[in-house]
Amino acid sequence: MMTRLEREQASTDARSLGRDAWEQLCANRMARIGGSLFIGIVLLCLIGPFFVPHSLETTQLAYGAQAPSWTHWFGTDELGRDILVRTLIGGRISIGVGFAATMVALLIGVVYGMIAGYYGGRIEAAMMRFVDTLYALPFTIIVILLTVLLGRSILLIFLAIGAVEWLTMARIVRGQTKALRKQTFVDAAIVGGAPTRRILRKHILPNLLSPVIVFTTLTIPAVILLESVISFLGLGVQPPTSSWGILINEGAVKLDIYPWMLIFPALFFSLTIFALNFVGDGLRDALDPKSKGES
Amino acid sequence: MYLLILRRLLQAIPTLWVIASATFILMQLTPGGPFDTEKDIPEEVQALINAHYGLDLPRHEQYFRFLEQRLRGDFGPSYKYAGWDVDEIIAQSFPVSMELGLYALLVALTVGTPIGVLAALRHNRPSESVLMGFAMLGICLPAFVLGPILIMVFSMQLGWFNPFGWNTPGDRVLPAVTLGLFYAAYIARLARSGMLDVMRLDYIRTARAKGLAQKAVVMRHALRTALYPVVAYLGPAVAGLISGSFVVETIFFIPGLGSFFVNSAFNRDSTMVMGTVLFYAVLILFFNLLVDLIQMWMNPRTRHDD
Repeated sequence: MMTRLEREQASTDARSLGRDAWEQLCANRMARIGGSLFIGIVLLCLIGPFFVPHSLETTQLAYGAQAPSWTHWFGTDELGRDILVRTLIGGRISIGVGFAATMVALLIGVVYGMIAGYYGGRIEAAMMRFVDTLYALPFTIIVILLTVLLGRSILLIFLAIGAVEWLTMARIVRGQTKALRKQTFVDAAIVGGAPTRRILRKHILPNLLSPVIVFTTLTIPAVILLESVISFLGLGVQPPTSSWGILINEGAVKLDIYPWMLIFPALFFSLTIFALNFVGDGLRDALDPKSKGES
Repeated sequence: MYLLILRRLLQAIPTLWVIASATFILMQLTPGGPFDTEKDIPEEVQALINAHYGLDLPRHEQYFRFLEQRLRGDFGPSYKYAGWDVDEIIAQSFPVSMELGLYALLVALTVGTPIGVLAALRHNRPSESVLMGFAMLGICLPAFVLGPILIMVFSMQLGWFNPFGWNTPGDRVLPAVTLGLFYAAYIARLARSGMLDVMRLDYIRTARAKGLAQKAVVMRHALRTALYPVVAYLGPAVAGLISGSFVVETIFFIPGLGSFFVNSAFNRDSTMVMGTVLFYAVLILFFNLLVDLIQMWMNPRTRHDD
């Protein structure tokens, strides 16, 4: 831990934004806790199932739904399937969809926003008009509409979610690009004869990094939430594949007799959202120069 | 101001047209029609059904028929609920959703605002952390986790409320809390930061300097300005309450539009889905306009923006 004076001295040195942000992030206790918690959950979901002596498929009807015990830490569902394994495997799906759909949103949003913000004028007006129109509907409705059309396979779900989450990203990137476009270093690049593609990639994109990183971190929990809502409603991932949304749904139906079927998946889910939001908030504080110095 | 209303209404037309057309096109592209069942229907019957719903017409004629019907406020027949028109289903179920939404909004405002304002007034004291910790909890507990937990505690354990249904006044409590708590938490955060910003302003110092009590400073001077962000948030909140109603109505078996929408999406009842989406779009545009007007009424500075 550095003292305040040391930190002030350090911050006067020239240093990379990344390093500065990393230190700020580590100094933020809630972000640190959130980050460790999230990494822990991810590791648990990835590695955990190998160490649990029950498989996902094994149904032991004879055992029925059991309360948590030493053999089944989280209990079993009415088919005798181990809830711990189901929760961890479900977490893989939920977090996996969260990351994959966020990447889709990131890719579309950044490219779309950069083009709109850089060219401006009619092109921008038309492009942003399209975004505004889609914005008129809540994302959940659009995703439900898309799942009705596309079907309910997991690949299509994450495409559908990615297809709406890019809208906000595009708006943020457009605003930033518009501001950057007016900077003299962009003019210098144009005068120097750099092709537009190169300007966008070498001059605009690196400067977009911090808002994009912050927003990406905040998009992941939003996507996980959206996937869970859709799955909870029975419109998302289909059984026997499980995601947290499905497990919570099954638990909610049985909550009067087998409450553990609800509690454990819900706990994992909420902790993940909680952790990711703290990391996102911490990153925003660390990367956004405007909020520096405020606690 | 009337100009703004007019402008907004004119802007809404292309938006609605695009949404209507998009839903139409997407539904056309959908593999499988609404009458695909496991059983083979005789061809003559299939032809009759298609003719009845106008599915035998060429695509463009179907499209114009579709647009013309929507303009008249006719959303066509539901494919799954035989004998029911989509607008009839909406007219029956929407008041239920509306009621639920209003209660939820009431919960959000009456719980969220005081928490946020109190937290700001106790800035950097332990009670602020407690209040905002509660708000963080509300944000991280989505409706589909909170709802079952509330049922478990208040219906199963304590037996205060029915676990589901929409008959007695008591049945309104748990769904409204489930739907409203997230927004209460969000509003608390907005109110807190709004309040913190306002309390730093000069006119508050003036009010203090002339010797007003803390209560008068807060209630009469600070609150109105501090709540601008909360009011601005009401627009998105309404859209969120609509999507939230899908979950809450499903959990509590409430016969509102949300549960009909989810069911029809499940059954691939295309007219019902399209009709409801269009209806929601109109609703959201209307509420956004309403929120803008409230903002203009509260904050004169926003009046000349457009």
